[in-house]
Amino acid sequence: MATVTASTPRSLPTHLLRHRAVHKILLIALAAAVLVPLANAQWASGSWPAALTVDLTKPLGSASDWIIDNRDSHPLFLYFFGYLSNAVVISVHAVYVVLLGAGWAGVTALGALVAWRVAGLRLALGTAAAFLACGLLGMWVPTMQTLALMVVAVLASVLVGALLGLAAGLSPRMDKILRPVLDTMQVMPAYAYLLPVVLVFGMGVPAAVLATVVYAAPPMARLTALGLQGADKGVLEAVESLGTTARQRLLTARIPLARKELMLGLNQTIMMALSMAVIASVIGAGGLGDRVYQALASVDVGAALAAGIPIVLLAVVLDRVTGAAGAVDDSAEDAGRAAWAYALAGAVVVAVAGRLLGRLDWPDAWTLNIAEPVNRAVDWMTAHLYSGVPVIGGTADWAAHFTTWILDPVRDGLQALPWWSVLLVVATLSWLIGTWRTALTAVLAMAAIGVLGVWTPALDTLSQVLAAVAVTLVLGFATAVAAARSDRFDRMLRPVLDVFQTMPQFVYLIPVVALFGVGRAPAAAAAVVYALPAVVRITTQGLRQVDPAAMESSHSLGATSWQQLRQVQLPLARPALLLAVNQGVVLVLAVVVIGGLVGGGALGYDTVFGLAQGDLATGLVAGAAIVCLGLMLDRVTQPTERRTGKGA
Amino acid sequence: MRVRTLAAAGSLLLLTGCGAADMTKQASPFANAHGSKSVTLSVQSWVGAQANVAVAQYLLEHELGYRVDTVQVDEVPAWDALSQGRVDAILEDWGHPEQEQRYVKDKKTITPGGGLGVTGHIGWFVPTYFAKQHPDVTNWKNLNKYASQLRTAESGGKGQLMDGSPSYVTNDKALVKNLKLDYQVVFAGSEAAQITQIRQFAKEKKPFLTYWYAPQWLFKKVPMTEVKLPPYKEGCDADPAKITCAYPHTPLQKYLNTDFAKSGGKAAAFLKKFKWTTEDQNEVSLMIADQKMTPEDAAKKWVDSHESTWKAWLS
Repeated sequence: MATVTASTPRSLPTHLLRHRAVHKILLIALAAAVLVPLANAQWASGSWPAALTVDLTKPLGSASDWIIDNRDSHPLFLYFFGYLSNAVVISVHAVYVVLLGAGWAGVTALGALVAWRVAGLRLALGTAAAFLACGLLGMWVPTMQTLALMVVAVLASVLVGALLGLAAGLSPRMDKILRPVLDTMQVMPAYAYLLPVVLVFGMGVPAAVLATVVYAAPPMARLTALGLQGADKGVLEAVESLGTTARQRLLTARIPLARKELMLGLNQTIMMALSMAVIASVIGAGGLGDRVYQALASVDVGAALAAGIPIVLLAVVLDRVTGAAGAVDDSAEDAGRAAWAYALAGAVVVAVAGRLLGRLDWPDAWTLNIAEPVNRAVDWMTAHLYSGVPVIGGTADWAAHFTTWILDPVRDGLQALPWWSVLLVVATLSWLIGTWRTALTAVLAMAAIGVLGVWTPALDTLSQVLAAVAVTLVLGFATAVAAARSDRFDRMLRPVLDVFQTMPQFVYLIPVVALFGVGRAPAAAAAVVYALPAVVRITTQGLRQVDPAAMESSHSLGATSWQQLRQVQLPLARPALLLAVNQGVVLVLAVVVIGGLVGGGALGYDTVFGLAQGDLATGLVAGAAIVCLGLMLDRVTQPTERRTGKGA
Repeated sequence: MRVRTLAAAGSLLLLTGCGAADMTKQASPFANAHGSKSVTLSVQSWVGAQANVAVAQYLLEHELGYRVDTVQVDEVPAWDALSQGRVDAILEDWGHPEQEQRYVKDKKTITPGGGLGVTGHIGWFVPTYFAKQHPDVTNWKNLNKYASQLRTAESGGKGQLMDGSPSYVTNDKALVKNLKLDYQVVFAGSEAAQITQIRQFAKEKKPFLTYWYAPQWLFKKVPMTEVKLPPYKEGCDADPAKITCAYPHTPLQKYLNTDFAKSGGKAAAFLKKFKWTTEDQNEVSLMIADQKMTPEDAAKKWVDSHESTWKAWLS
């Protein structure tokens, strides 16, 4: 996201910066000297003082009871939520029936032809291959269910997101109101959305679609606003001088100029919706996610993978096609209209042919069973790596060492700190990297965790996040340096990153436990797997963008490649590295809940517990605490450069 | 796309008309796609529940001509879904007094569907190979003696008592505290994680102590022996914070959505009669979880060899 927002780095002389940093530290020390003795005298305790917490169990419990008791009688539900829910059911059903009616041949042809028109022949072949692979894996019907759900959810998200983005893009005041809301929504774990939605709508597809919309609309809103705000002033003035009305300007100049951002927004929304479609299987979304989830219950990695691969394929295809659509020239559009007509006609012909041949459902004989070989491979791997490997020890030993030597000391250290000193550390770090506003947000977010009464588990989660981020960064930077130096390695790496970024996390839960046992170590491992691709991508890109002239001149001065990396590339790529850290933190935090499923405990477990037991108080409070942790960590790791332009 | 949206909007208007939209009367959009009678069953996350549903589904589809949809949901949300008619039946319930009070007695949206024929029991278990070496570990009074052997990185200086999915009923934290045991309850977070960990321990013949339940197919793969806790007496679990007794033996129950029970025709009648034994359930579970057969194949295999049992459910 920030690759788009990044403005030119400011070039203040370093001594001035250092001077300012010293100033800030002195100020904080002064404030601390006054406030800490006061706070300590009033509420002397190591952990967050009980006097400063608010217990939400009762109000949330009674709210939940009220909803259950009034769900089938209160007008709010009958006349508003009921219709919403109905609309979702009917639209998903309509899309699903159309997809089934088109048959596998028709859907594949339509997908391929659309990809051909939008993105060219290669992607068309790729799309067709992806659809056929879904069928081959015996996942045709679940794939169509997921697709039906996705179509409706993405359309709704785009609509909602674009409207919000339009409002924010045209009115600075709306922008100011919406920005913190969107910020919060971005760090909110997907799991936490499920709970309130389920309570209101009950299990099933409507709840799943609405949770997906809430989760996937923010990127569309952000990028729409960004596109509208970033429109070229010169062009706008020129259009204005032609005497156009505001509406004409919007439709003929601003929106077309923002096309690139709009397509990027669509792309991001689709990706988020797809990942949510899997998580939503927990609340009965059906489709591919449900297959993954059911396979998890019988500890069947092979079957989970068979349902996971179609998700990866869908994600990669949709990503490439929408990405290509954003890059296309507008001028080509008119000439293509006839071709579009041919393409659609072709798809209809194939669908009708499939229908006449009586081949609507994917033939059972054409399926490939990958579950068995995969399970055998996983068994072999875990049997040989788990323990007793000579010299380096098995994965279980690593996990035990990681837990005892890193996770335990960090957690115990954090929990032993007096509560006010944690706030102080947060304030100092976030002020050094940002402004007093960002520092205030960070401190308030951290304090909110205390007020919610989950201080201790939150610090436990924080220690896991910090450890996982550290591992991610070490691995990520090393991989990125290698990828930035060798094109071949980069090319080989790209599909691997794609797979890890889009593979539903449920699929690798079992291998992770089989390798690392139950506990916080496997939770960290799962988080690393999830966050690594983004960190590698951003870092590689940053390193590659370093001015070739600087590299050349350092080379001619006789620098070794290590010196070159350390003294030229890394310092010049600093903004990208900071962004990588920021994204690493946010992504690791996003899978805290998944960590709860393999023994991570703390907030992640509480969120899962809340959903499993229908316990709104536990689940929602834990979810809110994760959001607060996310806000705090984001502010502590997000450099001000990204915000300076917006006067924050 | 436009045609589709229009069609959707049109049917939306037709179907809802004006007036109240009752969410409890909505079925899944994936149901009835081929225009046949359909039943939606809730599958809980454990394999025993998958076995019930697989056999019921097979018979409903092949003997009674229904189309069956299954949804995997946790236990408490499943009650909620059942009361709203999102699912038609739960085939295996381990006892949820609070939900029973609310939905069966007060709101009457759920109707009891009789017993499943299987009795469930929760307890603490150690692997049999460990119990054979140290026979006295099977009494809770001696557990502290073995705490040091059951230590893991995750349990710190104490012994590890492994718990599973957050959706399961557990008093373990209170039990450890009230029985003054030198143990730390470690939550695996999901049954899949717990089973994977147990199998890894068993492969290495390491000792472990875990919360587990019967009937469960894993006993066939990893033989486990129960640790005796102070015996269960009626009402001894009334105050969860002060509990010091074992878990009860629970006859597992079926529940149906009230509307479905009244107007579900043959399917509802069949599900009410569905009743089998622990051995039957384990046979199917083991085929699914251990031989990695699809639930459908496993159900077919069982149905082919137990005709007399299921004929009675159809009459």
